[in-house]
Amino acid sequence: MSDRLQTNIRQLADMHWNDNGELEVLTFDLHGETFAIEAIMVQEILDLLPETAVPGAMAFVGSVINFRGKVIPLADIRLAFGMEAGASTIDSRIVVIEIELQGELTLVGIRTDKVNEVTTLSRDMSEPPPSVGMKWRPDYINCLVKRGGQFIILPNLEAIFSFRKEA
Amino acid sequence: MSMPDPVAVFRIEAAELLEQIETGLLDLTHRLNDKDQIDAVFRGLHTLKGSGAMFGFDALAAFTHHCETAFDRVRKGEKPATSELVAAVLAAQDHMRALIENPTDDHGEIGERLLAQLRLAVEGDAPAPVAASAAPVETAAVADDLHTFRIRFSLPLNSMVNGTNPLGLLDELRDLGECHVVADTSAIPSLDVLVPTELYVSWDVTLTTDQPRSAIDDVFIFVLDDMTLNVETIAAEAPVVKAVAAPAVVAVPEPVVQPVPAPVAAAAPRPQPVPEPAGEKQQAKAAENVRVPAERLDELMDRVGELVIAQSRLRQLASTSMDIQLRSVSEEIERLSGELRDTMMVLRMVPVGSLFGRFRRLVHDLARETGKIIELETEGETTEVDKTVIERLADPLVHLVRNSIDHGLETPEERRAAGKEEAGKVLLSARQAGGEVIITIKDDGRGINRERVRAKAESSGLMQPGQQISDQDLLQMIFQPGFSTAAQVTNLSGRGVGMDVVKKTVEALRGAIDITSKPGQGSEVALRIPLTLAIIDGLLVRVGEGRYVIPLSAVEECLELSLEEDLRSRGRSFISLRDSLVPFLRLRDLFRTGTKPDTHQKVVVISTGTERVGMVVDQIIGDHQTVIKSMSKLHHDVATFSGATILGDGSVALILDVAHLVAAGQQQEAHLRAAG
Amino acid sequence: MSGRILTVDDSASIRLTTKVTLTNAGYEITEAVNGAEGLEKAKAGEFDLIVTDLNMPVMDGLTMIEELRKLPAHMGVPIIFLTTESDADLKARAKAAGATGWLTKPFDPENLVKIVKKVLGK
Repeated sequence: MSDRLQTNIRQLADMHWNDNGELEVLTFDLHGETFAIEAIMVQEILDLLPETAVPGAMAFVGSVINFRGKVIPLADIRLAFGMEAGASTIDSRIVVIEIELQGELTLVGIRTDKVNEVTTLSRDMSEPPPSVGMKWRPDYINCLVKRGGQFIILPNLEAIFSFRKEA
Repeated sequence: MSMPDPVAVFRIEAAELLEQIETGLLDLTHRLNDKDQIDAVFRGLHTLKGSGAMFGFDALAAFTHHCETAFDRVRKGEKPATSELVAAVLAAQDHMRALIENPTDDHGEIGERLLAQLRLAVEGDAPAPVAASAAPVETAAVADDLHTFRIRFSLPLNSMVNGTNPLGLLDELRDLGECHVVADTSAIPSLDVLVPTELYVSWDVTLTTDQPRSAIDDVFIFVLDDMTLNVETIAAEAPVVKAVAAPAVVAVPEPVVQPVPAPVAAAAPRPQPVPEPAGEKQQAKAAENVRVPAERLDELMDRVGELVIAQSRLRQLASTSMDIQLRSVSEEIERLSGELRDTMMVLRMVPVGSLFGRFRRLVHDLARETGKIIELETEGETTEVDKTVIERLADPLVHLVRNSIDHGLETPEERRAAGKEEAGKVLLSARQAGGEVIITIKDDGRGINRERVRAKAESSGLMQPGQQISDQDLLQMIFQPGFSTAAQVTNLSGRGVGMDVVKKTVEALRGAIDITSKPGQGSEVALRIPLTLAIIDGLLVRVGEGRYVIPLSAVEECLELSLEEDLRSRGRSFISLRDSLVPFLRLRDLFRTGTKPDTHQKVVVISTGTERVGMVVDQIIGDHQTVIKSMSKLHHDVATFSGATILGDGSVALILDVAHLVAAGQQQEAHLRAAG
Repeated sequence: MSGRILTVDDSASIRLTTKVTLTNAGYEITEAVNGAEGLEKAKAGEFDLIVTDLNMPVMDGLTMIEELRKLPAHMGVPIIFLTTESDADLKARAKAAGATGWLTKPFDPENLVKIVKKVLGK
């Protein structure tokens, strides 16, 4: 991916910081890391539901669930980040978000180990992902926000979901 | 799709039957009491008579009837088999052949002589049997004044086991007129002695109808002898307008507001119709049609879909419950949601005329561009199709019409030289047949050049040089990606881009394309599209731990994969199905379930027209009313599934994409063949 | 209107007529040429209705109906048999064996559709 495209994507994703440089997010844990999704995208938080595997689908969207009569994909972004898909616990939840994919508003469930809170992040504390020295694909991360001595990861869901298998 | 002519099939069959009968008779001349041969001859005569009567060979049927009766009596031991009888029927064989070849000729005299011989052989000189009487013609019931009947009935305990559906009978009564139905459940025994398959309910129905009493008997015709039926006439009501036409049609009083008659094409200009006076009348008229935004219909469809799903969940609960009231409510809701669904489907239907309309301009433009003279005819504009189908078919139809005009129709000079009228015809027609709508694009042009199609297909690697291929398969080549036979590429039909898109679009609508073409006379492309898209009948199967839906319309049959077939078929990938080899896919392997196969695996044979593929599944669960939900963009790369549905327990089942799987099966077979 | 129908008849012309008629009426047809094949196919598939002839080689229609009704999965599946006017006593036996209704041969294709609709219900 070219640098310019990368910048564009980042700008696009940056759109929702308000005038005070704040962003309302939902934070959740995955494999010991804390992630955040813009609260405005979140539709609902669900207990785990029965999943139906989709043979032949990409591993990180390997199943679908019944969300209020709609069939929606269930994404495990741990797999996109190369983390292990750990076992479910009593804290595991599905966060249903609405996101634009190829020009179409799409509901996607995201599996999380634990949902924490809705909180406000400050842009001043954010920094772009380091281009070196990180184990994850930098284009999958919008930015990192420092908070209470740890980093919260804001994943770039558009980039993750536009991943295509090589033909 | 051309069906053979039943009469022709009958002639062939009759020849075979006569041969069988003759062989049997000849054997009988040696062993008069061979029971099997007597049965075989009887059966042959019986089939000959029955089929003959079906296809208008009345003389043959009447004549054969006598021979059959004679053998029936021998079969039942009423008469001995005699060599005279065998000889008489043998002698009658040539007469039967003649009756098949020339059914209309008068063969009376010979027939009489042969029958006399037969009578003599059976009866000695007893009087002639009564000629086979034609089935009594049912006298049409004449629509009558309104009667009110009180109908009390109970059916035999085992009638549901024997396939009688009491609810169906009630529906038929409702079809006769207004019904008030009360079920009497007092005979239902306590649970410990209740046999679930038996019918304990009886009914008390008040029916107001203009049909005669005999119509009620007709409803119960199949159970009349075994049931209790009590019908009383309660009161006669004011007469309604009598139907003049068919007896079943009840005349509906003319609507209060007369619809404006369709404008009649007339030579002289007609005055403009006088506008309707405003007021009551116009209001009434406005109420007849309501314009509804399409999205609202879609929303309603979604709700109905959810209702169907909720209802199947309710049915599942009710079926495991002992609560009879719950069950009856569940059945009521099942009926209502079914009716609601059907009504909904009708709401979504729009006439194809709206689609055909746009072709006049297109044809006009094409005529100018190509210098061809084109007459466009349309037929069946009022045929109704789901609105989504209309939207998606627009582009493919444009392409097919362009293709017909560009490749099919000749120039006026060419047509003149070929002895045709200068104007080429393109016919666009639509009709409904069963659960499908068939849209046909037909031209009277030069037809598809099969040699050129073959040459092109071979040169582009779509088939092996000299490969044997059915005519239909050869013609279907034009729908392959990148195929174009136009020696000269024009700006009309493009460069072979498009015809494959036509096929893809039609298949995405779960439809199919038939193509016929006669050299010098023209081509016909028929698109067969299912009437509705949103809900289909599916076959629910289990593979490993997952459940999947196979569109029932594609299922040809289901069979058991015997253990020996299973073992034998390892390493190869086809099973023999009545003399033909059908490639198959083990879905367990394809889906990598990682589970052990069930001991009794099943093969579901699916087909897309000509191609068949068997799919090995672990279990066939049963029919499933499938509300189709599309898969998100995140799963568009998974071609194995065309969508998903929600099952009664709320979980999701994926819908198999038949066209893709059949292609995959064929490919696998080709691979294995190539590998030797 | 839809439904899966198994037709069992040893006469190819009757099978064809039945198939054309019922296919046009929107049903899906599977065919068998005698009672034995009919029984096999009925066991293997799931049919909403079976239309069968009675007089057939190998296994006749009566035996097929009796055998089918012994199987719990085939209780309640409507079975229509084809018979002629003259087979009054056969008709009674077919009903006793568990048939649902009948159609008298020769039959008018329209009548066949009518009977099928009647037995299948709405």
